[in-house]
Amino acid sequence: MAYVGQLQRKFVEYTKSLYREGIVDKQFTQLHNLQDESNPDFAEEVVTLFFTDSQRLLNELTNALEQQDVDFNTVDAYVHQFKGSSSSVGAQRVKDLCISFRTLCEQQNKELCLRCLQQVKLEYASFKSKLESLFQLEKQIVEAGGTIPTID
Amino acid sequence: MSTAGLVSRRDCSHQLHVLAVDDSVVDRKFVERLLKISSCKVTAVESGIRALQFLGLDGEKKETAGFDGLKVNLIMTDYSMPGMNGFELLKKIKESSTLKEIPVVIMSSENILTRVDRCLEEGAEEFIVKPVKLSDVKRLKNILTKGDKGQNEEDPLLSLPLSSHDLASSSTSSSSPFKFLDHRSKRPRLQG
Repeated sequence: MAYVGQLQRKFVEYTKSLYREGIVDKQFTQLHNLQDESNPDFAEEVVTLFFTDSQRLLNELTNALEQQDVDFNTVDAYVHQFKGSSSSVGAQRVKDLCISFRTLCEQQNKELCLRCLQQVKLEYASFKSKLESLFQLEKQIVEAGGTIPTID
Repeated sequence: MSTAGLVSRRDCSHQLHVLAVDDSVVDRKFVERLLKISSCKVTAVESGIRALQFLGLDGEKKETAGFDGLKVNLIMTDYSMPGMNGFELLKKIKESSTLKEIPVVIMSSENILTRVDRCLEEGAEEFIVKPVKLSDVKRLKNILTKGDKGQNEEDPLLSLPLSSHDLASSSTSSSSPFKFLDHRSKRPRLQG
């Protein structure tokens, strides 16, 4: 019992820190709270889909910006997709970077776009690793027989 | 937020069937969940072409007159999609004599006045700014199920299934279940 309590406390603290640091926003809350007994891994499933999709988008973006003649419409289309999916999972910082990225696409500034892409990759990697830790904690709670706290 | 208590007692006999169209796999999964929590049957497809195929409007086969269990009560489509976008899909649906009565809702991450205006003018019931909320889905569902409230007060199990076919023949003033709203309002819905 005490063990579950410890894990739950850890979960609560970790989650609070993610919000505090702006890693996730209230859309993540909504996503997380769509879980229930019959769909206990829903948030993780969606976020995992996001990870796969993001990898594809980041590859496409890297490729598009490496071209001799960059097609900024193509780049913008990918950033738009990335902005959409990061918004849907509550990845606040990634989403905000995508918004800036789109402005750079409009300006057709290759150098700044490349730099922004680097930032996006870093921020995304941070989001991914933190969410993986969070889901790991959730698994531990469930395995120990406890319930995952609801985020409010 | 507990999901218990959201199940309507009328669900067993006539679940609303919603067709969700979105090229984003993340958004499809998310909207599907919102709809399932709201006790709707969901078919999620990735493009306008697939949506039309599902609706029987792919030009290769004629839509059958009988109920085949695939009747759609609401279409929720993303606006920005490669190939056929949400607006073009909306147009095709409204141009079809068999499908035009099905309410169509547009979802978009961009709350642009001209876009909202164009969609509403073309016949969209509502423009929802993404990310879609559970409250958006609940609101849509309430509007759709209110549509046949006047017909069966005694036994909800006897009420007519909500389908495009029924919507067309049931009401006198407007065939849209959204007649309660001024759906020609051009005010873009602000994200709450």
